[in-house]
This record gives sequence, C-alpha cells and structure tokens, in this order.
Amino acid sequence: MSSRTGARLDTKKINSELFTLTYGALVAQLLKDYENVEDVNKQLERMGYNMGVRLIEDFLARTGSGRCYDFRDTAEKIQAGFKLFLGITPTITNWSATGDEFSLCFESNPLTEFVELPDTCLNLKYCNVLTGVLRGACEMVQMEIACWFVQDQLKNDNVTELRVKFIKRLEDAIPAGED
Amino acid sequence: MKPQVTDSKTNIAGSSVIPLTTVSNEANECLFEYLHAEIMNYVVGKNSNDSNLKEGEENLSELEWMGFGVGYRIIERLTREWVRFKDELDMIKFICTDYWSSLYQKQIDNLKTNHHGTYVLQDNEFRLLKHLANNTSNNKQYLRECPRLISFTCGLLRGSLANLGISSIVKAEITLIPTCKFHVEVQRV
Repeated sequence: MSSRTGARLDTKKINSELFTLTYGALVAQLLKDYENVEDVNKQLERMGYNMGVRLIEDFLARTGSGRCYDFRDTAEKIQAGFKLFLGITPTITNWSATGDEFSLCFESNPLTEFVELPDTCLNLKYCNVLTGVLRGACEMVQMEIACWFVQDQLKNDNVTELRVKFIKRLEDAIPAGED
Repeated sequence: MKPQVTDSKTNIAGSSVIPLTTVSNEANECLFEYLHAEIMNYVVGKNSNDSNLKEGEENLSELEWMGFGVGYRIIERLTREWVRFKDELDMIKFICTDYWSSLYQKQIDNLKTNHHGTYVLQDNEFRLLKHLANNTSNNKQYLRECPRLISFTCGLLRGSLANLGISSIVKAEITLIPTCKFHVEVQRV
C-alpha cells in the first residue's frame, strides 16, 4: 500500500477536521430540532459547559499548572488552553480598568473552518460552545465567570472577539453535617 | 510568548511538565471524544420518550445520520491527493489502514470478506470504547450502552463509502468491550 503516494495523511489535521465537521453536524441538527435560534445558542452553551467541566481535568493533568494568582494569570491559562486543545493562540486584549474583564481575539478559528452562515441564521452564535467550555472549566476551579461574543468573523467582523468577565470566587462547599 | 504553562512556583514536586506542542494531537483527540459524548447524550435524551420503542431500545438513527454527513465530507478531504482506487477491495483496504488511523489513531486489526460484498472490520481496541473497559475486567458491564457509542462511527463509515460510490449497510457487533466488529454489506443495484 505504501507505493501509492509518497505523502501519508496528516493525522493531526484530519483529527481537527473530524472535530470541526462533527461540530458542524451538531449545529445543523440543533437548527433542525429547535425553531428558535436563541434555543440553539443556549443548547450549545450547555453542551460546552459539560465539556468544560471535563476538559479542565485534562488541562490540569497535561500542563501541571496550579492555582491562578489573579485574573491576568487566568487569562494566560485560558490562552494556553486554546493552544493546547485547538492549536490556536488568541490574543488577550481590552482589559477593563478594574482588571476583571478582558477579550480574547481570534484571527482564525478551527471551529468555523468550513462555515458560512446563511442569512436566516444571523442570530446564531455558531461558536457558542466555547463560552460554555470556559464557564464550565472555570467553575471547576472555583471561579464564576461570564462569557460572550462581541465580534464574529462569520458576521463579517475582522476578528472574532470573546469577552470574559470575572464574577466571583466560589467558596468550597462544605458537605452537609460537617463544619 | 512561550507556549508552555510551566508553573515553577506551585510545581514543587518537580514533576515533568510536557511542553504543549508535543501533546496537542492527543489533546485534539479528547476534544472530539467529549463532543461526541455530548452529541450522544443529546440524541439519546431527546428520543428517550419515543413511544414506538420497545423496552431497552433506543432510537439512534439521528446519531448515525450525523456520522453519515461527517463521513461523506471528510472522505473528500482525505482522498483529495490520492491515486484512484482500483476496485472495491482497494477502497476497503484504504478504510482499514490510512482512513482508520487518521481518524482513530490505529488501524483496523482484522479484515474479513466473502468476496461478495460483505466485509467485517474488526478493531480490537476501538477508541470510543477503550475507556469503558480494559481486557482484564468488566468487559461486559456497559455492553447495553455500547450502541450509543458506535452509531456515529457506523454512519461515518457508511457516509465515507457512499461518497466513494459504494452504497452499503453498516452494522456493528460487540461482544467484549473494547473489541468492535463493523459489518459492511455492500448494496448492489
């Protein structure tokens, strides 16, 4: 079989394409199932949350990183997470004066590699799974954050911008009956 | 910027931290697995109230259909720079080797055929099942849930073959996790 072409398939690339296309199939199915695009956005966020809750363990195990000292530290670790899982490095910008809000700017995004939005889907947040992933992952390390898209390349913006806001520290829950 | 998140202050034990660049392939892999799990849960949850189903049955056709769409698309990208296939067996061999290893990180372990359009592809450690059980214990504990985990892949196979010009029916058979046999029956017109 080796005689056919010199080049072997690029496993890494195919693997990320498998992810991209599978995600596309999911979004298409959700659009079919729900009448309302807002519901699709919500469902994607929820699925992302479930993924984030599990992904954080992979992240911590693979990187060996410890607790965050401040929100800037968190921002860098989120950036590293994108590098680890999606192979992209978003830039961290637009810090708020109080340091509790920042933006992640993506110039390219593997999730949207083969995607064009039809006019009927203008309210669809195609990558909304990412907001859920971040929320779920941060919650597992005792941080409540909010996260939303302010710019989207699929809607003809120059970059895709994801805004992240720190809400509060979650205290360790004490099991009932123990003080 | 360093693509490493080595945290010297908290990493007292000095455990070896792997640079991110070397693990990103593996990382991508788990991303797919988690996404697959979410899709699976969604489809299973949505169809669980279907009154047409008998006890213990699940409607997984949507999962299979999504796999079909993905398979149909991905095979085009995989075979873009490939030499034309000689015949059907040649295509199936491609599926067993390069195709399978680029999607699931290993080749099919065993291929059987009756040379009349039936092929059995056996994977002794199928990626989506391998975390459920190892070969020493609990091989049957989650057997009932297994169809959920392989419907997508059955569709993937069927979709890919369809775009290669082979219309087929793909079924899967599991007796001991994580071994999985895919039965491909080519439909002659």
